[in-house]
Amino acid sequence: MSSPYNPWSNVAPIDVTQTRARLGSFLLGIARLAAALLLAAGGAARAAAQPPATAGELRWGGDPEGGSPYVEADPLDPSRVVGFEVDVAALIASKLGLTPRFQPVQFASIDASVKRGDFLIGLGGIEDTPARRATLAVTVPYYEFREVLTVRAGDASRFRTLADLRGRRVATLGGTIAYEILLASHAGGGAVAVSYDDDVHPYSDLAIGRVDAVLLDHVLAEKAMRRERGLVTQPDAVARGHYVGVLDLKNAALRGRIDAILREAMRDGSLESIFRRWGLWNDDQQALYTRVLGTIAPAPGATAQSPPGAPDGPAPGVPSTAAAVRRYLPALFRAALITIVLSCLAMALAIVLGVAVASGRVYGGRVLRSLLTAYVELTRGTPVLLQLFVLYYGLAEIVRLPAFVAALLGLGLNYAAYESEIYRSALEAVPKGQLEAARVLGLSERQVFTLVRGPQALRLALAPMTNDFVALLKDSSLVSVLTVVELTKQTQIFAANLGSWVVPGALCAALYLAMSLPLARAARRMEAKWKAPTS
Amino acid sequence: MEGAHVMSGLVLEARGVTLRRGACEVLRGVDLDVRRGELVAIMGLSGGGKTTFLRAVAGLEPFDGGTLSVDGVSLTAHAAPPPDVLRALRRKVGMVFQSHYLFEHLTAAHNVWLALVHVHGVPRPEAERKALALLEQMGVGARAGALPRELSGGEAQRVAIARALAVDPPLLLMDEPTASLDPARRDELGDTLERLTQSGRTLLAATHDDDFVRDYADRVVVVADGRVVEEGVPAAVLGSPQHPATRQLLSQKKRSNGRGAGS
Repeated sequence: MSSPYNPWSNVAPIDVTQTRARLGSFLLGIARLAAALLLAAGGAARAAAQPPATAGELRWGGDPEGGSPYVEADPLDPSRVVGFEVDVAALIASKLGLTPRFQPVQFASIDASVKRGDFLIGLGGIEDTPARRATLAVTVPYYEFREVLTVRAGDASRFRTLADLRGRRVATLGGTIAYEILLASHAGGGAVAVSYDDDVHPYSDLAIGRVDAVLLDHVLAEKAMRRERGLVTQPDAVARGHYVGVLDLKNAALRGRIDAILREAMRDGSLESIFRRWGLWNDDQQALYTRVLGTIAPAPGATAQSPPGAPDGPAPGVPSTAAAVRRYLPALFRAALITIVLSCLAMALAIVLGVAVASGRVYGGRVLRSLLTAYVELTRGTPVLLQLFVLYYGLAEIVRLPAFVAALLGLGLNYAAYESEIYRSALEAVPKGQLEAARVLGLSERQVFTLVRGPQALRLALAPMTNDFVALLKDSSLVSVLTVVELTKQTQIFAANLGSWVVPGALCAALYLAMSLPLARAARRMEAKWKAPTS
Repeated sequence: MEGAHVMSGLVLEARGVTLRRGACEVLRGVDLDVRRGELVAIMGLSGGGKTTFLRAVAGLEPFDGGTLSVDGVSLTAHAAPPPDVLRALRRKVGMVFQSHYLFEHLTAAHNVWLALVHVHGVPRPEAERKALALLEQMGVGARAGALPRELSGGEAQRVAIARALAVDPPLLLMDEPTASLDPARRDELGDTLERLTQSGRTLLAATHDDDFVRDYADRVVVVADGRVVEEGVPAAVLGSPQHPATRQLLSQKKRSNGRGAGS
């Protein structure tokens, strides 16, 4: 494994203007996304070709989007990955006499993926939590991190601790210990948690003032400080946690062997040299290793572990499923409310814009028609996820849209393109003869549209519109990338907390159905009503 | 305004109307006068320009040369008529299309009163009363609440006529009025149209149906190759056709009748 000594070499240089640096970090994010997709595609092809338990290989999973210094696509060769987790995986593999083979996976899916056997061990800044301990075979902790607060330099003196951030928006990764800490803080009247899907945008949004602080691992904070200027990380840790590897429970025996390898690596200094190479070594690690080596090694195959790994921050205990459901149900309902409100508003926007675009394309002049056609083709031809990113992060320098507004605009503008096509074909389906009959009666063009053409087109459009609304309801889950915690995101957070997808997934599906089924029913009723004679 | 035209007695005056569609000259100089209270039939082979002429009179299609005047409203060649001329024309001309083109989302009665309320500003209760009366007069009063797709072809035609008459136009254009009617229905229509002409309405109908023309038209005009080639009283024109086009028209009709009887 090649590991550059300067892990920040691919970060935008500091002497450019802030604007360019931020734009650079956005583009970097896109480039990383692309690299991750490339890796994922390759990985998927390989996974399809080979079972996970190929002889002679240690298949390990991580999220290349997690980025430096954990796991990231090698800037020099995007088909390979580099990072300290890559080195840890290589160490473990070599001691097991195997070749490491990387399997890219989304961070939030590592637990579920290791359980279904996509790979033997998951690595990559995976936090040691009670939920993981209950549902997975967890290795001994091999790195201790501090949860630290990062704030804008101007706020360094007034926002020193979480307590100083009462009612303020604090960013973090959803479904992490830090997120739980913020939720607990909010329940006690403290900071408001803002959930992100990646570790770049919390800091860029902090720099431009969308949030007032970021609570995350010091590894991420230090990385961000090199990228963003004008930020300060408070020295005191809000909490401490540990990185571990995760295996399926049925691989507890292998976990025992890996634990022995990690202990040996702590003793012989090979872990230390890895972390030194990545600039991550500090006194906390020596203390952690002393504690880990001091505890009695559990017998191979045992699942229980004593707590050197347990975080000493205010993380929750392992909840029973029933208790967890009771605890999360209100949050799920709130998230469902956000989903339905967002979907209804976005659909309303899409309908209004769609009618306008369709009318312009049917009635407008050549220039207007080609402009509107370009809008429709651009919107339909690019992923809505990319459009959301551009709207929220890409345009942040020009207009700083609140997350909900950006989500609403993104979905509304995207669906308007689809709606406009429905209306256009519906408008053109109304027989021209009826329009002429209306004109001969003396109706103005406007009246022909509002009294004859529009109402009939609307009836024709109703069924495909209902279809689109149900699709929009589900597509609204994409806006979690803009920090809006809607139903799917809340379910992910719940599942990460519980360590299982079964109950949260079922609840989530039930809530989506509870929203979409009445909608379909209402549409059928309206169709029936329109078919009946009216006076 | 009305007075001058009553004196002249002409509701429609067409002089040398030409109309081109791309390279194809559809009308090559149509001259036609229609007097108040007349039922004039336009006959001719398919593609001879009958329907196109009606559409030009209704202001649905701009024409390229000549003049058209409907009850004092003059249309000029080349351009689409300006809005005020078009508005005036709409009050003079009603049209019943071959496919009726009723508004599918509205009931029969609503089809009839729509323009009264939205174009002529008649209060809705009054407009509804008038619509019902017109539908009664056309013999479809019982179908007032039905949607167009629930009507038979004959019923739909009567509703379409009521809709055209609601705004009281002096000239009513009809495209193939008997196309979808069986003989009994055809006679009912003929009687209805006679009543209309007796009450001073002027009718111009494009048709293939020489029996209908013989029985009900006051005058017949034969159009061929975009020109009027023969005109006169139906009995004379159809009894002893002078122009080859008229003879061809009638012989075609006989052949198709013969086939119809034989099958």
